[in-house]
Amino acid sequence: MIRSRLTAQRLAFLFLLGCFLFNYPLLSVFNRGGSFFGLPPLYAWLTGSWLALIALMAWVVESRAD
Amino acid sequence: MSHRVLIVDDEPNIVISLEYLIKKEGFEVAVATDGEAALQQAADFAPDLILLDVMMPKKSGFEVCQALRADPAQAAVKIIMLTARGRETEVAKGLALGADAYITKPFSTKELVLQIKSLLA
Amino acid sequence: MLQGWVIVLASFLYLGILFAIAWYADRRADSGRSLIANPAVYALSLGVYCTTWTFYGSVGRAAASGIGFLPIYLGPTLLFALAGFILHKMIRVAKTNRITSIADFVASRYGKSQLLGGLVTVIAVVGVIPYIALQLKAVSNSFAILASYPDIIMPAKAGAVPLLQDSALYVAMILAAFTILFGTRHLDATERHEGMVAAIAVESVVKLVAFLAVGVFVVWGMHDGVGDIFAQAALAPEVAHRLASADSPAAYGTWGTLIFLSMFASLLLPRQFQIAVVENVDESHLRRAVWMFPLYLFLINLFVLPVALAGLLHFPGGGGVDADTFVLTLPMAHQQEALALFVYIGGLSAATGMVIVETIALSTMVCNDLVMPLLLRLPVLGLAARADLSGLLLEIRRWAIAVILCLGYLYFRVAGEAYALVSIGLISFAAVAQFAPVVIGGLFWKGGTRDGALAGLAAGFVLWTYTLLLPSFAKSGWLPDGFIAHGLFGIELLRPQVLFGLAGLDEITHCLVWSLLVNMGAYIGVSLMRVPNLREARQATLFVGGAEAAGIPGWRGSAGIGDLLPLAGRFLGLERAQEAFSRHARQRGLRSLHELPADTRLVGFAETLLAGAIGSASARAMVASVVTEEPLGIDEVMNILDEASQVRAYTRELEQKSRELTRATAELRQANARLQELDRMKDDFISTVTHELRTPLTSIRAFSEMLHEDPRIDLAQRSRFLGIIVSETVRLSRLINQILDLAKLESGRAEWTVAAVDVAEVIREAADSLAPLFVDKRVSLQLDGCEAGLNVLADRDRLMQVMVNLLSNALKFVPVASGRVKVDVGAAAGEVRVSVTDNGPGIEAGDQEVIFEKFRQGTGNTDVLIDKPQGTGLGLPISRQIIEYFNGRLWVESTPGAGACFVFTLPRQAGDNGASQPTGEQP
Repeated sequence: MIRSRLTAQRLAFLFLLGCFLFNYPLLSVFNRGGSFFGLPPLYAWLTGSWLALIALMAWVVESRAD
Repeated sequence: MSHRVLIVDDEPNIVISLEYLIKKEGFEVAVATDGEAALQQAADFAPDLILLDVMMPKKSGFEVCQALRADPAQAAVKIIMLTARGRETEVAKGLALGADAYITKPFSTKELVLQIKSLLA
Repeated sequence: MLQGWVIVLASFLYLGILFAIAWYADRRADSGRSLIANPAVYALSLGVYCTTWTFYGSVGRAAASGIGFLPIYLGPTLLFALAGFILHKMIRVAKTNRITSIADFVASRYGKSQLLGGLVTVIAVVGVIPYIALQLKAVSNSFAILASYPDIIMPAKAGAVPLLQDSALYVAMILAAFTILFGTRHLDATERHEGMVAAIAVESVVKLVAFLAVGVFVVWGMHDGVGDIFAQAALAPEVAHRLASADSPAAYGTWGTLIFLSMFASLLLPRQFQIAVVENVDESHLRRAVWMFPLYLFLINLFVLPVALAGLLHFPGGGGVDADTFVLTLPMAHQQEALALFVYIGGLSAATGMVIVETIALSTMVCNDLVMPLLLRLPVLGLAARADLSGLLLEIRRWAIAVILCLGYLYFRVAGEAYALVSIGLISFAAVAQFAPVVIGGLFWKGGTRDGALAGLAAGFVLWTYTLLLPSFAKSGWLPDGFIAHGLFGIELLRPQVLFGLAGLDEITHCLVWSLLVNMGAYIGVSLMRVPNLREARQATLFVGGAEAAGIPGWRGSAGIGDLLPLAGRFLGLERAQEAFSRHARQRGLRSLHELPADTRLVGFAETLLAGAIGSASARAMVASVVTEEPLGIDEVMNILDEASQVRAYTRELEQKSRELTRATAELRQANARLQELDRMKDDFISTVTHELRTPLTSIRAFSEMLHEDPRIDLAQRSRFLGIIVSETVRLSRLINQILDLAKLESGRAEWTVAAVDVAEVIREAADSLAPLFVDKRVSLQLDGCEAGLNVLADRDRLMQVMVNLLSNALKFVPVASGRVKVDVGAAAGEVRVSVTDNGPGIEAGDQEVIFEKFRQGTGNTDVLIDKPQGTGLGLPISRQIIEYFNGRLWVESTPGAGACFVFTLPRQAGDNGASQPTGEQP
């Protein structure tokens, strides 16, 4: 499956990235009132970054460039 | 003049038989019953041939043989070694040390006499 | 339209379709055209993570705490980012070892410990049963709510409904029957359930579509899009605060904790392990799942917050409607009957998926790691001897499923609406998080031992129980709650949710901090107390080392197909076992299974085969019963070391083996030297015997030939020669006799006639027999103390032989006429002491032992011996053998020039009083 160590390491990097994106302190930046294109900033941030992370993971494992 | 033969053995009965046998052939005979006496007799008696037993008190036949061969004065003396230990290594050792012949006990008196005569001829 | 019977019919129709799918998938699997050999199916089946707790509960949590429901799904996303390191490795290890469950995984990792497997099973069952109860509750509640349409009425408390009218009971029964049909149709050595996986994948689709349908309806049917909902929510004061999360360190701490917790839960929950690891048919499917499963989680959570907000807006102030039911009640409130029914089916699929997989996983664990080990240990049942156990295995699993669901129902019934049920999802997560140190540690750290794993799990479980489970019981009113406020025994420090004064955390975080701390502490600490033993080290290498460890032999013994086939047949059924072995034989290029050689590879195959059916620990125990293990050889240890050079654990064993080898080599060398010495001695002995025999022969032959060839020898000479011949013949015969005698003595074949012997009498007799010789040589012989009448136990003739030998030796060496020989007999300290003293030349100190050796007559370099002594040189060795046989000693005391004194002692016979008392003979 995850054939090369490189893929595994890229994924591990995404893991660290995710830990950063989904946690304090970055979270506190968006944890406020107001609106972001009509959405609460925290909801928008988590939904957007989560989807982006999934997309990156898909790109890492599905690209056979390595 | 007759040849001189020195008999070296520590068994009295064997000495008796050898002495009788060789005297009968007309040789002069002297006897030694151990290794040291043998070397002494070799110098005093000046034998032409020595019948040398291997297993003896004080000095073994091998040692006597070696000493004789190391002495230029004794260069001409013939040595027949007698032994009751029939191992091939011992025969080889005796011949290597310079013995002219090697006879195993019990020996045939005829063969012994022939051997002595051929060596002294 | 939504009468009770319609709902029931729809439910059964749905379950029927599911079963048909499972049945079809199983058929396809049997014919080799697997339906689930597809990465998308694998990714979808992982959606079993989303239960009714997600389907109904997420909205409830969102209504209560805004975005706070989300970490539960961010965690698994992060875990799958680590798939290359953790999941991939687990799948590979599980495949090579035929791991059947999380309990089996842990047991196998730490030396195939049955105890450890049992402990994991207990923790899993205790931790997960409430979770199953939650599913039952959700199904029965949603049924009740839907059945009350068009009214929206919250169901009565569970405890208030009579048992037989309780729909949850029927749900539990139906699910039990359904699970038994799904999960235990037949016993598969791989413990895979293709049909079940296919059905679970379909269920994942159903619940996702159902939830998305609600979301779409709520967002675009009831409102003008997401922005509209958020805008309306922002205007409603009591709803607005759900839009942001609490902005405090504790809130962020809880958030992080939940991410961490759900990360492990999505791996370690029995159903997750079952689907992700055990049911994985192809490693490569994981690649797709890495993004598909997180995407699934993303989609199913996309509308949670909008739906929650819409619910709050629609039922202001709660309106008597539980936020957990918004998914169902919002469509009902808008007369969307079909949608409501679809949502109900979606909830049903979430519940059934979870219950089916969870109970199958738990029943496998209960059967393999709890019940079978116990049953096989009970000799009363005679199970170990039963021919076919495959039926029994299935039976146990069926009962386990029924019991687990029964327990789940009981929990639901007792807990009812209590606090315990609401938070049970997280309590279960925290329970299985206790597996994390031993599982993750076991995958990456070779130093973990069985004891460490046991200690860690037990400690973590105890703390989890104390800080989370018991307080939840107390809050449900099952336990007096005094200990929560005041601590156990009133000790403040022991307050379960403020343990040792740790305050300011939510209960889950608090529990995790403490339980994982002591769990890891005990696991690592206890593991470090000793080096892993060989079996643990081997498993550690298999789990941690991955592929390079494959060459390590698991068995050091062998068993033939004749033993292994019936064994496997007992658990798998003979036909299935035969198939498996035949396949193995074909893989090895053999024509039939009967050609399989009895080697370690075959044993390893049999063990792995059995492990699939009864778990690794029991499989090991079963296989061990037919395999004769050989001791570990140095070669094997060397191999192991070569192949896994980092396994420090082996070093100690290796060093020990090496020391043993060095010692053995030294012993061998010594023995060899001794043998060579003996060989040389034997050679010398033969050479010496030859010499001694040839010497008299030489005289005999020489004189005989001379007499024979010369008839003219005079008479005197002739008789002298003949005399010599006669005496040499006598000497020869004596020599031969003594050699034979000595040979007999040395080999222990001599015959002894043992009796009480009067020593003095023997001495007198020996002296008498030699008297003429003494007279001839004019030597005086004096006997002292010979009237004492001392008895010894000995052979009379042998003792006589010794005496004669000593006396004739003395006679031989004393001078003619002036010679004196004296014999003394005395008794001292339980011994009889006899000495023979002469006034001969004496023996030098260096020769005093030599003369007791064979053919050594002390003539070597002793000046005092003028003549070569007559004799064979065997008399003294023979005498010493005889004396020593009777536990005595024989030695010589001498000063050269002052004569010699031969002394022997023999133990005095008890009870002799100076008179000769012959006793009976002894053999």
